[in-house]
Order: sequence, then structure tokens, then C-alpha cells
Amino acid sequence: MSSPEIDALTQALSRLPGLGPRSARRAVLHLLKRRETALEPLRAALDAVDARMSTCSTCGNVDTNNPCHICTDPRRDDTLLAVVEDVADLWAMDRARLFSGRYHVLGGRLSALEGVGPEDLSVEQLLVRARDERVTEVVLAMNATMEGQTTLYYIAERLESMNVNVTTLAHGVPVGGELDYLDEGTIAQALRARQPLSR
Amino acid sequence: MQIDSPAIVCTARAHGEHGAVIRLLTKSDGLIAAYVHGSRSRKTKGVLTPGNLVAAELEARGEGRMARARLELETSRAALALDPLSLAMVEWLTMLVADTLPEGETFPDVYVRMNAMLALLDADAGALRVGEALARFEFALLADLGFQLDLGSCAVTGQLDDLIYVSPKSGRAVSRDAGAQYKERLLALPAFLLGSGVRPTGADIQGALGLTRHFILRDLLPTHRADRTIVARDRVDARLGKRF
Repeated sequence: MSSPEIDALTQALSRLPGLGPRSARRAVLHLLKRRETALEPLRAALDAVDARMSTCSTCGNVDTNNPCHICTDPRRDDTLLAVVEDVADLWAMDRARLFSGRYHVLGGRLSALEGVGPEDLSVEQLLVRARDERVTEVVLAMNATMEGQTTLYYIAERLESMNVNVTTLAHGVPVGGELDYLDEGTIAQALRARQPLSR
Repeated sequence: MQIDSPAIVCTARAHGEHGAVIRLLTKSDGLIAAYVHGSRSRKTKGVLTPGNLVAAELEARGEGRMARARLELETSRAALALDPLSLAMVEWLTMLVADTLPEGETFPDVYVRMNAMLALLDADAGALRVGEALARFEFALLADLGFQLDLGSCAVTGQLDDLIYVSPKSGRAVSRDAGAQYKERLLALPAFLLGSGVRPTGADIQGALGLTRHFILRDLLPTHRADRTIVARDRVDARLGKRF
């Protein structure tokens, strides 16, 4: 039997993705036992994010600054623009630090089933950004799902008349992947995109 | 209810944090909605790609209850997503079937034709062949659902030859002479649909698809879903048009 405040915290945590009631209870117990090392820092971090978090008006990233730290970074390459479906994809791509250009977050993907059309995504803002003379290449980094690829081809068609190179991410065998565990679609695409071995 | 059948995944909609509600076109029992647990896992996610052929085990506690599905991938169609025309075709075909077939009725012919259509796309058969196959698929679907077009004789004169129009109201063929004064309002009837043996051109296929589109929109698609679903068909028409 716990207090209403603790119950409220447990319920709030259990609504987070990846957590159920049981794991939320464990998290709450952990926070209560380690008040100074866990609860206080968490509260401070939540307060800070709540006070300063905003959506970047340029790229759609979620950050504590607007424009976000990526859009204001002078070391970024202005000629490259990567288009991703969601903020999580942007963060995943940027984690690797392999892409030095700017990003554009669409805010979802086209889905006739879910009733998501082009007007629900930031496609028009993307077209405005792609018209910028400095942009020479737009990298369409959508997920390799049916809906992701539908979005990709839609945007590629919209960019057709613009003076930019439109590229997409490669599909095939993942690094460290084993052929035995791949589906036929991935193997077929990997075969189609095979390359001469460089020596 | 207990069903073990090969099936084609038509749609998958996320349900809760871990599950999905899917619609499968089964060979034995037609269109079935089912719940898949753990559909977001890396292993299962790919299986739910529309167009995939799966071995489905469906189990429901009673009549009218939603079934729980266990799926095993038999043929992946995921690679079709890498070609814009094939992708648009798969999207349209799966949505069309999911939106128009009534659940709980068997349609073995639709299953066979759908599978053949997907295999044709997999074989990279070219725009003319897949366009013709799509037109034939849609004609057959209209017939299966009770809206068969009557192309055997002229609706006005009864004549059997020189049929080049279709009435958008009755779905019956109209001859050149009888339709001359209404030709602006009539739909074109490409000769290849009458079994003339003529190989259809791109324009013929576009004509045939225009015909089926009209009757699918009017007779098959529920009004509240038509706008949403027809977007997928617009993509097919646009991409076929580019390749003819």
C-alpha cells in the first residue's frame, strides 16, 4: 500500500513507452531509495527540459534552443540536407557523427491507412529549404518500410524539378549481419546493389 | 475458430505498445482481422509488411471475437518497396482488398489472383504487363463482388461488334454508332478487354484502368474511406503514366 503521490508517480511512469506498471513500480522504488543520487538529478533534468525545450523552427528537431544546436552549428555542411521521418531518426543518424550536413524532420510518414497525408508533414518547409542555393544534395534517409519508401518517392517526385541531387540510403546486409538471418527482400536488394571489390 | 492457412498481409495498424491489428487475405477463409502480439519486435516487424506471403495460425475464443495470429514468413515482398511503381501497386492492391472484401467470406480466386499479381511484380515484369494484369485484377474483383461489367453486347442496339464505349451508369458496353452523340460522357472500352487478342498499348491500359477506377470508386469503396484509399491509386496511375 503506497501513498496517492507515489501511486500517481507510478502511473505517470507506466504510461511511458517501454515501461509497464511493474517496471514503473521498480523505477519509483529506485528513485525513493536513492533520493539524492537519482531522484534529485532526474527532477532537475525534467525541470530544465520542461522550461527550455522547443521544436526547432528550421528543421523540426527537439532541442532546448530554437534554432537547434545542429542548425546553428557553423561547422556543418550547408550543401547537404538529410531528410528523416522523425526526431528519433535524426538522433540516430547524428549519434554516429558520420553525416556533417543539416537535417530536416518530416514529423512522420505518409500513411493512407493512418490518414497521414503530405499536408500533415513538413514537406512544404522542406521544399523551401531545398530551394536554397547552397543546398546541392538532399539525402532521403527514410526507413526501409513500405510507408517510409512511399514518403521517399513522394518527396523525390516533388524535388524532381529542383536543381539538387536527390540520393537515398543504401539497403542491404547490415554490418555484422549474417545472411542466414536476413529476409529474401534484403538479400535480393543486397545482390542488386552489389559492388566490385576494391583492391 | 482455428484456422491454419497461407495468407497475404494486407494491412497492419499499430495497437497499443507492442501489438498490431492486421488484415490478412487467407486462402481458406477470405479476409480476416487478427491481433498480433509483439509486432514491434525486430523479428516480427518485417513479417507484417503488406504483400508478404505468410503461413498464418489464427485462433479465436468464439464466433465474432477477434482472432490472435501467429505468422511465419513464407515469401517476403519487402524488396518491392524499392521500386516506385511496384511499391505503389502493392500499396493499392492491399488497401483495395482490405477495404472492399467483406470479412468472413471466402474468396479463393481473389487470393490466387492477388498472389499471381504480387509474383508478377516480384518478377519485375515491366509496366505494360503489370498494368494489364492490374486492370484484369480489378475487373475480376468487381465481378467477384457482384458488380460485373456487361461488355458482351451494346446496351442500346444489342449489337455484338464495334463496342468501344462503356456507360458509366449501367456498366454496359455501347457500340460506336450508338454512343457517337454521347461520347463525351461515355468511358472508353479498350479492345483487349473483349478478348480481341490485341496486345494492349499504354493508352489502352490507361483506358482500362480509368474504367475500373470509376466503378471501384462508385460501387466498391465505402464513401468514408474512398478519399483516403484512392490516393494510393493516384500514385499507381501517375507512375504507370511515366513508364508508358
